Amino acid sequence: MDTDLARTWVQAIAAAVDQHKDHLTQLDSAIGDADHGTNMHRGFSAAVTALADYEPDTVGAVLVKTGTTLISTVGGASGPLYGGAFRAIGKALGTPTADTQQVAAALAAGLASIQKLGAAAPGDKTMIDAYAPALAAFQQQADAGADLDTAAVAAADAAEEGMRATTPMQARKGRASYLGARSIGHQDPGATSTALVFRTLAESLAASAESMGAR
Amino acid sequence: MKKFINAPEAVLAEALSGIAAAHPGLKVDVENKVISRGARRSGKVALVSGGGSGHEPLHGGFVGEGMLDAACPGEVFTSPVPGQMVAAAQAVDGGAGVLFIVKNYTGDVLNFRMAAELAAEEGIAVETALVDDDVAVQNSTWTAGRRGTGATVFVEKIAGALAEQGAGLAAVAEIAKRVNAASRSFAVALTACTTPASGKPGFDLPEDEMEVGVGIHGEPGRRREKLRPAREIVATALDAILADQPLTAGDETIVMVNGLGGTPLIELYVVFHEIAAAFADKGVVIARNLVGNYVTSLDMAGVSLTVCKADADMLSLWDAPVNTPALRWGV
Repeated sequence: MDTDLARTWVQAIAAAVDQHKDHLTQLDSAIGDADHGTNMHRGFSAAVTALADYEPDTVGAVLVKTGTTLISTVGGASGPLYGGAFRAIGKALGTPTADTQQVAAALAAGLASIQKLGAAAPGDKTMIDAYAPALAAFQQQADAGADLDTAAVAAADAAEEGMRATTPMQARKGRASYLGARSIGHQDPGATSTALVFRTLAESLAASAESMGAR
Repeated sequence: MKKFINAPEAVLAEALSGIAAAHPGLKVDVENKVISRGARRSGKVALVSGGGSGHEPLHGGFVGEGMLDAACPGEVFTSPVPGQMVAAAQAVDGGAGVLFIVKNYTGDVLNFRMAAELAAEEGIAVETALVDDDVAVQNSTWTAGRRGTGATVFVEKIAGALAEQGAGLAAVAEIAKRVNAASRSFAVALTACTTPASGKPGFDLPEDEMEVGVGIHGEPGRRREKLRPAREIVATALDAILADQPLTAGDETIVMVNGLGGTPLIELYVVFHEIAAAFADKGVVIARNLVGNYVTSLDMAGVSLTVCKADADMLSLWDAPVNTPALRWGV
């Protein structure tokens, strides 16, 4: 992974969030306050703008800037949680390029940031229910010597599985927790946006590998 | 859903411009989204609050003498961001420190926590008072904890009065926490609300049903029930409040009957009549009251009850002069 790919990833998240904005807001409307799509869209659009004239030396610098922008534009719980995660991921990638093991360690730092701020555990019906299995799948591939693309696809698949598994859960954190048992039967919007983040990473890597092959 | 707006994304900035035009005594920084008192008060503890928009007059309507020094409104139902809160703290810190008054929602708590760290780095002493008065949500490891709702008005009024009298940061924070600890709220809704961005109600509620135990963000309540007469609805709300904070004959209270944005004032008075009768039966004294729209949830038809078991200090501070767009007396 290099700085261009990091930037492409953030742009791809912005595009995916734009495309799924109404779906995210609709999910949030059922068990939250109907603003997740709008807020994520505002934040990642701002991140794309912030990165437009930015010429960083390291992969991490791209992601730290993304995180800082999210914190200052998203609001709600998602701003600090996603912003803090991207900053933590970025801080762990202080080199011009990063390999699978480095990215795995960085993604672990991102999850640690979310858990420290939000104090949620797996099963609480939050973004962690997509993130934790994605990280585990990524790490497993990295340990097996897989390349970045393969690890990212495994992570995206695991994130989506984790996302779907939030539907029968009862929320124990965030605004959905106020509904008690009524939160059961709805897919968590945060886990859904997290699955988009991991899917776009896999897609950005695949597109980059394709263009390298074509060259 | 029909709205008096130009474009959903312009609502906040245009409303802030409207507040600036309507209340020239306030300073409105539309770019940083901060509403503050015109001038910094040297040596006075500054009170800063904030939260998502859509709850007007909370918080901007409570900026002024005897209450808040600054408010930072976020997007509709979305916590403001740390940069806003730091800008607010910097604008009003008079050297005696800043009290952040934070309603207990994950987003507000996280953003204010980041802001407190940033403000401390700027050399501003910050204390935080959390408001979590809504008894519809049980405080347990199974939830994000009780929501902050109507008691926010009591905390901002009483702590604001103490700060105006020149008390230090620790004392102002202490009374804010005491008022919160003495206050309980419960809300019932007859309709959902519609955010400008989504344009449609957050949930469907049949004509003969109500949501019991709602918050102030259009989310469904704890349960759905058949609609009942006001007297029975008030009894349900008071049962929940009194189960958590028992009151006995002779206790003095401040009671707020608050409309959630779409409830006619005449219905709020019907509700207040029921509470006054219920408390008279128990010998509980309603020493002060507010009846009106103070902490709203856009256009939701609903009502929240807030009861504060008030001591003599709180009542005396309640009576102190206040001069804000939404609360004004003694001036």
